[in-house]
Amino acid sequence: MLRSLVKRAAPKAVVPEPEVLQVPPPLTLVDVEDPAIESRNLSVWYARKHAIREVNLKIQRKGITAIIGPSGCGKSTYLRAINRMNDTIRNCRTTGQLLVESEDVYGPNVDPVLLRRKVGLIFQKPNPFPKTVYRNVAFGIQLHYRATKEELDRVVEAALRQANLWDEVKDRLDDSALGLSGGQQQRLCIARALAIHPEMLLMDEPCSALDPVATAKIEDLMFELKKVMTIVIVTHNMQQAARIADHTAFLYLGKLVEYNVTRELFERPTQELTENYITGRFG
Amino acid sequence: MKPKSRVVRKAKEAGFVIIFLAGIGVALGVLGVLLASLIVTAAPYLTPTLITNYANYQDPTRAGYAAAIAGTLWILSLTLIFSLPLGIGAAIYLEEYSHGGRISRILQAGVSNLAGVPSVVFGLLGLLVFVRGLHLGAVVLAGALTLTILVFPYVVITAREAIRAVPQSIRDAALAMGATKWQAIRRQVLPAAAPGLLTASILAAARTIGETAPLIVIGAVVLQTFLPYGPDSPFVALPVQIYAYIDLPGPEWQGVSAAGMIVLLLILFAFNAVAIVGRNRMQRMRW
Amino acid sequence: MRAVGGANADGTGAPLASLEAKWVWQPGETLVRTLLFIAAAFAIIATFAIVFALLLDTVIFFGRVSPLDFYTGTKWSPVIDGLYGVLPLIAGTLLIAGGAVVIGIPLGLSAAIFLREYAPARVREILKPVLEVLAGIPSIVFGFFALLLVSPTLKAWFGADYFNATNAIIVIGIMVIPIVSSLSEDALTAVPTDLRDGAFALGATRFEAMGRVVIPAAFSGIMASFLLAFSRAVGETMVVLIAAGENVNLTFDVLGPMSTLAGDIARKATGDLPVGSDLYRSLFAVGFTLFVITLLINLTSDILRHRFREAYD
Repeated sequence: MLRSLVKRAAPKAVVPEPEVLQVPPPLTLVDVEDPAIESRNLSVWYARKHAIREVNLKIQRKGITAIIGPSGCGKSTYLRAINRMNDTIRNCRTTGQLLVESEDVYGPNVDPVLLRRKVGLIFQKPNPFPKTVYRNVAFGIQLHYRATKEELDRVVEAALRQANLWDEVKDRLDDSALGLSGGQQQRLCIARALAIHPEMLLMDEPCSALDPVATAKIEDLMFELKKVMTIVIVTHNMQQAARIADHTAFLYLGKLVEYNVTRELFERPTQELTENYITGRFG
Repeated sequence: MKPKSRVVRKAKEAGFVIIFLAGIGVALGVLGVLLASLIVTAAPYLTPTLITNYANYQDPTRAGYAAAIAGTLWILSLTLIFSLPLGIGAAIYLEEYSHGGRISRILQAGVSNLAGVPSVVFGLLGLLVFVRGLHLGAVVLAGALTLTILVFPYVVITAREAIRAVPQSIRDAALAMGATKWQAIRRQVLPAAAPGLLTASILAAARTIGETAPLIVIGAVVLQTFLPYGPDSPFVALPVQIYAYIDLPGPEWQGVSAAGMIVLLLILFAFNAVAIVGRNRMQRMRW
Repeated sequence: MRAVGGANADGTGAPLASLEAKWVWQPGETLVRTLLFIAAAFAIIATFAIVFALLLDTVIFFGRVSPLDFYTGTKWSPVIDGLYGVLPLIAGTLLIAGGAVVIGIPLGLSAAIFLREYAPARVREILKPVLEVLAGIPSIVFGFFALLLVSPTLKAWFGADYFNATNAIIVIGIMVIPIVSSLSEDALTAVPTDLRDGAFALGATRFEAMGRVVIPAAFSGIMASFLLAFSRAVGETMVVLIAAGENVNLTFDVLGPMSTLAGDIARKATGDLPVGSDLYRSLFAVGFTLFVITLLINLTSDILRHRFREAYD
């Protein structure tokens, strides 16, 4: 009897294909003029898995666009395609076009390193470097600029102020960043990204590891930041999307299902699939 | 079907534990006896002259390890200077750059097979290539180059573990800031891996210090009455000198070699202690 | 791409534009990558160098002494009789290494099982460093122990010679314990815990879960550790050189002296060996034989380990 357990371990676990619901043709109900980011027939594969399927999306400049959808719908993949972080994943292939400021970032002569300076990324789990608070924020500046100590101090302070973190950490700049609370760590990561003045900020479920108070602080911060930059946030929290986003896109099985002004999407979904999702019938 | 007795099953289990505990007891006992007898044998010869006198095969009371200790330090420094950059570089390539394709599999197989080559074979390699081929003669540099090849795979294996322990999120964070791959490695991954890399270096050092056979084969001198003066100097290493004394008949020479081993073990334990403390600190670090 | 920065100059951000941009040397990345690749290729280069170095003199040697005589001769007496029969060395090597793993494997494996399954955290914390210290003791010290303690005991109890094969068998057996225990423990740890829990759920004791589920599941990984221990024992030089003595004849008397491949290389290379002599070249032929034997064992071990890893990755 015990022996049968051993035998079962040998073959690799077979991941069952998700139950395929019919995904209707995408419906884009909002027209964004002069988009900061635009994808045209964007597809992403991991090895043979088709993670993003021909997504067309125009993202508003100086606004917050939310991407929602159930786990595994490809929303993080879409986000990471924007600043080419998917390049770091083996066997990941991208087709179609992704325009940032009307330039295809997958075109020839595009240096992903330069792109990422312009398009910051905040991760789901706060990932400060195991260094001091100060060194975390200074890292990006020191990468790209020759700065004197005074200049560096000024930029670090400005970034921390912009991230609403300065008052909490001004006396602990030389302490390890790992000693901060989760919410503070996440705002530190935002400050770190802001320090090099990105034009856009991508946020990959930035609050999913945080408590409601910390989440509220980050949402406040996003409202301030959207005055000066384009923000794209991936979230599985529909209330959050409803609270903060100007536009919301619903992705399912790698396909765009519906894209609309946030309030319209939540109050008057036009697709049955969208309605089922936002009313919590699956996901 | 007759059920197996629960008592028998429990007894089997208890039996295993008891046998094992007894085994540990015996093993620790033997280890204790070994250390004790080593110290007892060595005691009469543990004098300051042990490390200040040169080799002497007539009078055990005047025999010492001065040239051997200096030789070991020379060999050790040069071996580390060569093998650490090489080994850590290889580890970085294998962990950060290679993509698990055929080439990386060949490179990895090369490292693990090199780790399995008997040390005496490295001696033959050193004898042919460095001592004879490059006409270096049996000098410090030839010994260090030989041991560099020997410890290289150990540095690679331990350094890879240290680099692998750095969470991917650190790399992602750096890359997302617009760091190039090498900038992310040099400024974030390597500093975060530093404690593990320290452990790797110390383990390599410990191995270098204890190696005997390859140095015998390349022809380390066993009657050297001067300190090595440079990379082109003839040399004798601590374990080689100990072996030379063991080979002499008579309990007094056993005493001299045991005393040399105490010196060798003290150096090694010091290195190992630093390695263990370093690793524990690394493990305690939370991301 | 547009210039970086400035787009959000809202007063709160410090003016980055005033800072001097860093100049990045573009080919630098490629250069670093190339250098690191060369470092990674060093192992391959070294392996080829070893094969080349060993074959160079071995081929010349086989021109003077036929490989057939070399591999079938039962007397290894190059200095006195000019007889180059390597069988006594091969037999001695396999006998001593085989005996050593017979001692080391059960001890090492039970240490691994105990550490993985039974030992409380505190015992683990003590035992693991002890095993590591054991692994870190240089072989010359083990050789000395063999001579100082094992040899007199064997002499008193069994009438063994002062230099004898059993000295080496026992001491090398102790030396390979840490290799077996650490690698087998890794293999046991790699077995998914739900497999173990599954056995517990069926009412198995820990001992039964180990013996019937975990160990069979980790079998190829454990075998790999055995083979690696065997290979290490085959290559062990100093203990044999110090404690096993020298024997020119093919013998299976473990209480008498015995020569091995590795030990004999170190013994013969000690003196001022005339370069280009048959004896000098014979060292490389012996070394080549030793290299091939350990290579075969290591490759088998690698294959087993890969098979094991594939099953659980």
